[in-house]
Amino acid sequence: MSVQRGVIAEIFGRLRKDSLGMTGLVIVVVILLASIFAPVLTPHDPLEVDVYNRLVSPSWQHWLGTDQLGRDVLSRVLFGGRIALKVALVAISVSMAVGLLLGMMAGFGPKWLDRLLVICFDTLRSFPTIMFALAIVALTGPSLNTVIGVIIITSIPVYGRIVRTQTQALRENDFILAERAMGASTARILRDHILPNIAAPLLILASMDVPAVVGMEAGLSFLGLGVTPPTPSWGNILSDGYSYLRNSPWPIIAGGIPLILVTLGFTFFGESLRDILDPKLRGKDGKG
Amino acid sequence: MATPALDIRNLSVSYQTDRGELRALRNINLQIPAGRIIGIVGESGCGKSTLISAIIRLLAPNARISEGEILFRGDDLLGLDPKAMRALRGNEISVVFQDPMTSLNPVLTIGRQMLDVQHREKHPKAKKRARAIKMLERVGIPDPAEQLNRYPHHLSGGMRQRVAIAMALMTDPGLLIADEPTTALDATLEAQIIYRLQQLQRDFGCAILFISHHLGVIAELCDEVVVMYAGEVVESGTTRDVFLKPQHPYTRKLLDCDPARIKQATRKLPVIDGSLPDLLELPGGCVFRPRCDRCIETCAIERPELKGDRHRVACHVAGL
Repeated sequence: MSVQRGVIAEIFGRLRKDSLGMTGLVIVVVILLASIFAPVLTPHDPLEVDVYNRLVSPSWQHWLGTDQLGRDVLSRVLFGGRIALKVALVAISVSMAVGLLLGMMAGFGPKWLDRLLVICFDTLRSFPTIMFALAIVALTGPSLNTVIGVIIITSIPVYGRIVRTQTQALRENDFILAERAMGASTARILRDHILPNIAAPLLILASMDVPAVVGMEAGLSFLGLGVTPPTPSWGNILSDGYSYLRNSPWPIIAGGIPLILVTLGFTFFGESLRDILDPKLRGKDGKG
Repeated sequence: MATPALDIRNLSVSYQTDRGELRALRNINLQIPAGRIIGIVGESGCGKSTLISAIIRLLAPNARISEGEILFRGDDLLGLDPKAMRALRGNEISVVFQDPMTSLNPVLTIGRQMLDVQHREKHPKAKKRARAIKMLERVGIPDPAEQLNRYPHHLSGGMRQRVAIAMALMTDPGLLIADEPTTALDATLEAQIIYRLQQLQRDFGCAILFISHHLGVIAELCDEVVVMYAGEVVESGTTRDVFLKPQHPYTRKLLDCDPARIKQATRKLPVIDGSLPDLLELPGGCVFRPRCDRCIETCAIERPELKGDRHRVACHVAGL
């Protein structure tokens, strides 16, 4: 649809004028590409052990050195990015979808449903994440899916609450009453009128949530609660490198920088998106 | 006589509040003949908005229709199931709301909203779009095709109200309810919108229920007028009769307060002394009695009925 393409082109056009947002976007795109093309980009197998070349410093052979088992750190960082982004993508999209549904039900539905859902959200949020993760891991054992599950469960209330508040604020608006007077059903109002109004804040929240989720995955893996070795994950790289910090700082540096980049990239991008998606500012240049 | 577009019989609506039952509308009788424009006047809080909500059956959850019926082309709206009622809304009965600044969805383009109104029709998008453009043209929006790609905040208040009217008329409704559509606009725009509404009414032939507290607008636009006070109809009749020969003391005072009718220069605008009665504890007899200067003994005891043939008035002393 031409209108849709127009909106995307417009958003991109505005983003180009915001240098910080553009920096964020570039970082995000680089990280995405590096993770997607990790197998092509790395000459080494991230799991290949080479005991004769343990903890070597960066060289042409190993750009970021090797770890305590002689594995190529660069390869592990790139493959670790795949894990991190997979967790982020799956966890955020699932928790956003479920949070959206529950939040709309709470915000638009009857009062008793709202109370019930809010109690559920608050109960989930009141658990400290790490404690909660420990409990789950004790039950199921550490794995990638456990990490994703823990993050989904702890993120649903975050999205749910935001959607609920936004829906509640919107439902009292005249245009919703006008829609009702025009004969729109509840499903139609939610889908065609409430959703477009909360899509922007939700996208921004999701973008800002990526670093938190990536950090959580790294943290859980670092503690041995997440992705199990030898699978490369930024958390595992950090925890492996931690013991050899004095002799060889390279694994720690290599595992830490992507985390910082993810945080900066998605935050810059998200903040810039927040300014751009403000409908009051939309369409001001050009035809407006 | 043909069946009226809307026939409200003995309608009473009350709200359940913490302080008790608030009787917002009491025994309302009102007829809107097909293809006519009926105006409702009354000060804030007289039940105008409750009446609209009752007609389209979108009352607040704590409201209750205690008695009466609302006949739309002979069928009682209160007896319809929610689905059938929803099918009528925006199709046979449309509403234009007071504030055009808030009655359009801010994040959707005008075009999307105008296409959305036609969601019941199975036409291809291009045809719906063409209809939207045609409608915008009819309400007097310049360059309508271009406007479809704009967001509501790009348009002025008057333009938005025209869009709202275009949306309401899109489905060719039998009844258009206009809830103070010009109150939020300035005087020049008000005149333009009124003129446009008149013209559209002639073209579409729909009945219009026009709510306003601006007497001049009512006089200009409406065929008949209903005067409401504190949840009751106190006087109704042709615009000519009501404005030239007001019978009810409230109508007279209301007309006296119209700044357009004051002949002498004055710094003090006339007011009606007192305020609306507490709808939780209604006084017995006539509701207007506490503010009326012509009341007699009967007024305190007996509630006046709406009497008369074409020019009807609810007052014991009217015509005396």
